[in-house]
Amino acid sequence: MTETKQPIIQIRNVSKRFGKVTAVDNVSLDIRAGEFFVLLGPSGCGKTTLLRMIAGFELPTEGQILIDGQDMSLVPPNKRPVNMVFQSYAVFPHMNVTDNVGYGLRISGVPKNEIRDRVAEALELVKLGGFEDRMPDQMSGGQRQRVALARSLVMRPKVLLLDEPLSALDAKLRAQMQFELADLQDKVGITFVTVTHDQDEALSMASRVAVINKGEVAQLAPPSDLYEYPANRFVADFVGSVNIFEGTLTLDEPDKAAVDCPGLGKVYLNHGVTGPHGANVWIALRPEKIYLHVPGKGKAVRAAAQDAPDGHNLARGTIKGMSYLGDITLYEIQLEGGQIIRVSRPNLSRHDQEDFTWDDKVSMHWRADSPVVLLS
Amino acid sequence: MSGPLQDWKSQRKPFAAIASAPVFWLALFFIAPMTIVWLYSFGQNAGPADIDISGTLDNYKRATEWLYLSIFLKSLAVAALTTLICLIIGFPVAMAITFAAPKWRPWLLLGIMLPFWTNLLIRTYALMALMGTNGYMNKGLGGLWEGASWLRTLVGMQPLEAWTPVQLLYNNFAVVLGLVYVHLPFMVLPLYSALDRLDKSLIEASLDLGAGHFKTFMQVVVPLAAPGIVAGVMITLIPALGAYLTPDLMGGTDSQMIANVIERQFKRANDWPFGAALSFLLIYAMFILIALQSMRSNKVKEAR
Repeated sequence: MTETKQPIIQIRNVSKRFGKVTAVDNVSLDIRAGEFFVLLGPSGCGKTTLLRMIAGFELPTEGQILIDGQDMSLVPPNKRPVNMVFQSYAVFPHMNVTDNVGYGLRISGVPKNEIRDRVAEALELVKLGGFEDRMPDQMSGGQRQRVALARSLVMRPKVLLLDEPLSALDAKLRAQMQFELADLQDKVGITFVTVTHDQDEALSMASRVAVINKGEVAQLAPPSDLYEYPANRFVADFVGSVNIFEGTLTLDEPDKAAVDCPGLGKVYLNHGVTGPHGANVWIALRPEKIYLHVPGKGKAVRAAAQDAPDGHNLARGTIKGMSYLGDITLYEIQLEGGQIIRVSRPNLSRHDQEDFTWDDKVSMHWRADSPVVLLS
Repeated sequence: MSGPLQDWKSQRKPFAAIASAPVFWLALFFIAPMTIVWLYSFGQNAGPADIDISGTLDNYKRATEWLYLSIFLKSLAVAALTTLICLIIGFPVAMAITFAAPKWRPWLLLGIMLPFWTNLLIRTYALMALMGTNGYMNKGLGGLWEGASWLRTLVGMQPLEAWTPVQLLYNNFAVVLGLVYVHLPFMVLPLYSALDRLDKSLIEASLDLGAGHFKTFMQVVVPLAAPGIVAGVMITLIPALGAYLTPDLMGGTDSQMIANVIERQFKRANDWPFGAALSFLLIYAMFILIALQSMRSNKVKEAR
């Protein structure tokens, strides 16, 4: 990556307070030129406020935002080198597609024939050729969104801001637009900054994700790191599905560690965690990383039938809930200690879901590199 | 058909039952008297209390004489000026209410509507008290004048001559001011409802695309508030055109409007047929205005 190059957006110690409510709390982050950056968080976490501060619709209470090295503190929205695609799309209802897309160029006094060419080019880019004379109320939500996209892209901004771009679309269209947006970003090479509460959206499109919680950055990482190496319980829980158990760190060496979880038993890891011995920690374990067995069947289980040797992760329980989702089946298993653990199992063949049913006694194991130890 | 009373075509009886009372009311107390007045306009006085409906067009001929036509045109000009001033004052007021904090909005709207709860006559007299030669407006102006005079003495200039109260009442200025005062709420409310419905992100989108506040106002706010502007203009212009009390109380001898002329025919002149003809000319003029407006809004709909 271009670590040495100056970031296109620098957010420095930015806070935003509305009266007594702190929406954004001392956030500092850099967004690199050309990346697809996603601000991910639950509603009300301050991610939209952060985006609106980049656009200039809100001013930071404290801190500084630099775009392309220039301080934006005194620059109004209409003078900033960024453009925004609004959650409601905000397509002008009294203008047809051509006039909507050409609006910004007309305002800035670009010659007519250049406007015509650039509008046509932008419409081609978002696959809206042939819609030039349509009025917005004759178009679907997805088409209006493309108009909003074209209207921003035609301005050739340094950064394109997208506020919940896919939230109003139905599931199929959303999946398609995820690919299209990523593709579009690749094609135009403009930095995209997207706000979303949808983790799938974030994981599928982003080059890097900042998870925001209560106005603060909980973790900033590429999607796979976010999922596989969450930094804290909030991120582990917000991104994907996860089982979290509280425990005590009883062993911590460079190549192995163990956490004693009252609800789950002893959890072994094949790496150190650099936490203080005896510290209160949490184990995060993804449902798909747990293998399920009927006790007494199979090689792995025969080993487990005896007391598991040190370094072997094993638990037993009873199936209390099942939901068949087609590609996977989700099991809710009550552990011997009474706690519930969620396990997902891919249906690799047509009859896989018949292997287990309610009230079956099962045993589970997982690899020593699967659990993540969280200190907060 | 998802429920009862959805479409009057398929459920004639219940709708006839519901509609009969208002239809009866309108027929008895609106259409019938209006028809009588309309018939009077084709008649002539046959005695102090008798009107002979002879089908004559003399009343209309007289009503279109320059003497009356000029008053009519002047009424139109005064009403148009009133409407324009109401629009210029009302738009920022409506914008201010739209962008006020939500908890303030009902109170601001209440402030706009509060004058409606007071009798027009009382409001007019109150305004007249304010504008009289000894009223607060003159006192305020006099205070400013004296202040200016005192400032002149400070810098060693001659003081201004003594303040003589300005004649604010009983002229066309007073009529327009009074009409603006009375009709402003009629303008503000439809403007507010149009602006309130306007998606605020459209304004932000315009700013985001490089337009300044003025361009955004002209290119986005005004076109999208157009239905509210038209509605506000219509419901200001039409009552202002027929204004009677304000020019009667606040106007001078030369500022009578068409309604004052009509009133004189029915009362002092006791010439009901001529008054009826004048009234109907006014009504026709209003019909034309409304027809023009609905033709325009149909055109807008077709263009979509």
